Amino acid sequence: MATNHNTTIISALFDDDDVLLKGVKDVKAKGYNINEVYSPFPVHGLDHALGLKGTRIAIAAFMYGCLGLTTAISLTYGMMIVDWPMNIGGKPSFSWGENLPAFIPIMFELTVFFAAHLMVWTFFIRNDIYPGRKAQNPDPRTTDDKFLMEVELKGEKEELMSLLRDSGAIEISETHN
Amino acid sequence: MHYEAPIRTPLITGEKSYHDITVDVARPVESKAPRSWWIVFTLSLIAFLWGVGCILYTIGVGIGVWGLNNTVDWAWDITNFVWWVGIGHAGTLISAVLLLFRQKWRMSINRSAEAMTIFSVIQAALFPGIHMGRIWQAYYVFPIPNQFGSLWVNFNSPLLWDVFAISTYFSVSVVFWYVGLIPDFAMIRDRAVRPVTKHIYKILSFGWGGKAKHWQRFEEVSLVLAGLATPLVLSVHTIVSMDFATSVIPGWHTTIFPPYFVAGAIFSGFAMVQTLLIIVRKMFKMEDYITIEHIEMMNIVIMLTGSIVGVAYITELFIAWYSGVEYEQYAFLNRATGPYWWAYWSMMTCNVFSPQFMWFKKLRTSIMFTFFISIVVNIGMWFERFVIIVTSLHRDYLPSSWSMFSPTFVDIGIFIGTIGFFFVLFLLYARTFPVIAQAELKTILKSSGENFKKLHDKDGH
Repeated sequence: MATNHNTTIISALFDDDDVLLKGVKDVKAKGYNINEVYSPFPVHGLDHALGLKGTRIAIAAFMYGCLGLTTAISLTYGMMIVDWPMNIGGKPSFSWGENLPAFIPIMFELTVFFAAHLMVWTFFIRNDIYPGRKAQNPDPRTTDDKFLMEVELKGEKEELMSLLRDSGAIEISETHN
Repeated sequence: MHYEAPIRTPLITGEKSYHDITVDVARPVESKAPRSWWIVFTLSLIAFLWGVGCILYTIGVGIGVWGLNNTVDWAWDITNFVWWVGIGHAGTLISAVLLLFRQKWRMSINRSAEAMTIFSVIQAALFPGIHMGRIWQAYYVFPIPNQFGSLWVNFNSPLLWDVFAISTYFSVSVVFWYVGLIPDFAMIRDRAVRPVTKHIYKILSFGWGGKAKHWQRFEEVSLVLAGLATPLVLSVHTIVSMDFATSVIPGWHTTIFPPYFVAGAIFSGFAMVQTLLIIVRKMFKMEDYITIEHIEMMNIVIMLTGSIVGVAYITELFIAWYSGVEYEQYAFLNRATGPYWWAYWSMMTCNVFSPQFMWFKKLRTSIMFTFFISIVVNIGMWFERFVIIVTSLHRDYLPSSWSMFSPTFVDIGIFIGTIGFFFVLFLLYARTFPVIAQAELKTILKSSGENFKKLHDKDGH
């Protein structure tokens, strides 16, 4: 989520997922923009509360699977039929279609191989995570049992502060971008 | 929202909070290893080194140092291969199939079960490698261009399907496991005090921060990977069984093999998960997470799959008789009453008879008894593969070439070595990795934690 420069971010720390979820709904209802929420585990319903769009990674996986299937078809056709046909146990070496049953396992395995690996690579790239990256969470407690909400300040600061306090935040801090 | 029927027993016992789960999961990583860990580790390391010696001897001298002969040209190597691959299957079954079925009890055992999968597939992959004799030419199993022109692999061969199946299975299991590990590594990173530890876990955790969008993708990726791993795990042992089933050896050439092998794989894999988890829960005091409930559930799976295997054995006997093919009939008669009768009856006792004790609740909730049966089952499943392979081969169509197989010290050494290697890997894992998928487990604390369930009951839900 892009952050504008010259904005003030109010970070509110929560110690319970239900309180956080209610807090997110309250803050959203008042028209504030929530930049990010960091949590130690996937909080059920948080993506809806934040208004996040559904992820399309499964669609990507399907397309990667199609790529894998195409690769398997090309490999078997190119090697067994075109380049070097061999008579193996009398199996039809001249026609890919008639030799197809023997190629099903390879087609299946390569479909899964491509779909799984390329999807995970996509997951890493889209999340911008890689070995040795600096931790993305500003507060180390958010991988333990705390939840952090970053709200973009708009209007009166005190108003937002008290809203966050009322919804159960245990710590509130301010950062300038 | 966090509600589960009171009839379901809690999956997390004790008065736990989110922070308690963090502390309990990080403890084995942050504290010194218990004495029991060092004892088991040393024993495993010795076995492993002995195995390395035997493997080097095999590679240096040739596979003539094994007990194989002209008639029995596949024996312990392939038995061990199938045994180890089979053991691996339970890990994927727990993490993928139980995820699709939304079985919450998988959460505190899936991490270790999947570690077991990966480590046992490593052991399995060793055997075809060294059986090639010239392991430095192992790259010939891959469809890569080579100096002899376009001499390609044979895509009609089940042995090549195996190459693709095992490599896909291994690599997909690794990424599935690793994606789940990332948030847990991040938790250890954020708690680490020593700079070296912090740096190592910073590398391992990929900088994970638990952003809302990332968790959304994480859950989707886990679900799709589970959906891909489920048919994958079934395909792997199906293809392994086709190594035998597509041949024309009496006793191998049967269409029942794929489902029968898959059931046997799940059976032996769950037994191995029991063996490992009973050790882990004791060694690292994880009794609150790996409860009797978990052990009982796994025992029920063992009982069910053991019975499926039993039905398969009997079906095989019936079909051999019903087929009217005398070679097929003799192969099975020879298994039960021939010179290898003891292997056949060990298999029958361990695999068909012993899991039936699990019908009794008292026995399937007993830790000592479960541990004992888990070992018995794994012995039985090793014998199953031995029976299928050696007794089908040792008396072929030509009685003048009938022979027996006896393993040499190298055969035995390599097998013991892989057991050592497996435990070395698993014990190292248990000390450095979060052995419980804590991020996932925290999502069910409020619905399945003992204290939260009591609260619900008091509120009269």
